[in-house]
Amino acid sequence: MIIGEQKPLKEICDILEGHHRILVAGCRSCVAICLAGGEKEVGILSESLRLHSDLAGKGWEIDEVTVERQCENEWVREIAPKIEGKDAVLSIACGVGAQTIQAMYPKVRSLPGLNTSNMGAPIEPGIFMERCGGCGDCVLHLTGGICPIVRCAKSLLNGPCGGSQNGKCEIGKETPCAWEEIYQSLKELGRLDLLEANIPPKDWTPSRSGGPRKIVRPEAVMSETERQLRGER
Amino acid sequence: MSQTKRIIAYCCEHGGMGAAERAAKEQSQFASDVVIISVECLGRVDLLHLLQAFREGADAVFVAGCLEKNCHHLYGNVEARKKVDQAKRVLDSLGLGGDRAEMFNLASNQGLEFKQSVDIMIGRVERLGPNPLGAKK
Repeated sequence: MIIGEQKPLKEICDILEGHHRILVAGCRSCVAICLAGGEKEVGILSESLRLHSDLAGKGWEIDEVTVERQCENEWVREIAPKIEGKDAVLSIACGVGAQTIQAMYPKVRSLPGLNTSNMGAPIEPGIFMERCGGCGDCVLHLTGGICPIVRCAKSLLNGPCGGSQNGKCEIGKETPCAWEEIYQSLKELGRLDLLEANIPPKDWTPSRSGGPRKIVRPEAVMSETERQLRGER
Repeated sequence: MSQTKRIIAYCCEHGGMGAAERAAKEQSQFASDVVIISVECLGRVDLLHLLQAFREGADAVFVAGCLEKNCHHLYGNVEARKKVDQAKRVLDSLGLGGDRAEMFNLASNQGLEFKQSVDIMIGRVERLGPNPLGAKK
């Protein structure tokens, strides 16, 4: 899932400066799980902003909404009545959600209340770790189900560097060496033979820095005829 | 400063309320500045409730629950302390003063300590001044 964390309240207040009718918009998906932008967080942030507005005499009108998935048009379309008459939407979904709102409601400013960080998982209550770099060329089948792209500080593909000491990475004593974890996982799986596999230099073309990536599933793409039959634009 | 304070106390039905009731019986100087809200367990008290109290004009809010490692519901008091710490950060960030929120762990027979908790909060309000939103209510 996508991991994010709320911006500092002071920064959010600064971002909202100059707006008066504000909708705080959350999302019940990833950011709700990482306790950053779900319904509960929408309520708390909204109340904090009302408190700030009352104390500073801003006169802000703060409204709240939380959608199932802020990254999908179908859900974002449903909040049109809430957005009506607003100066700004403060999105505490991920950056995808904030952009989906901006695209669907181009006359209203969509402002980020969240810093989107990474694709990761909760490893224990309240602690979330990056787990996938979205490199577009997965090698987990060779590395015991542990991603060397994000879990190794150097994204090494064929074993640890010299900075690996006692199972820890040289960047910090709390950071496990990904290649130590890979070794332990493969040992547990009885597949230490995979350490002999020579992973060639990575093809980074499906990764970032080549512009926004696009995936097309032809079976789901609607032809003009199908659109007409379904009555969709 | 002698004017009445607006202090909200969320008390759990076990340690907190027991101490408050004891204080009311035994402490002749028990402050009239406190509004006590009884909740089954402090685990029910959310950051939202604390912020709402300040927005409604409370000068200070404290939560009083069972002693540490002695919560009637196991860890409601631990959860409450996290919420109070969050509230302190928000209040500091907004310039209202994080000291206006506090958590006290009390046993049901600690009436004197409840009274002392109230006095601590009264002292803080006198130092920080009244909540500016209180005058508007």
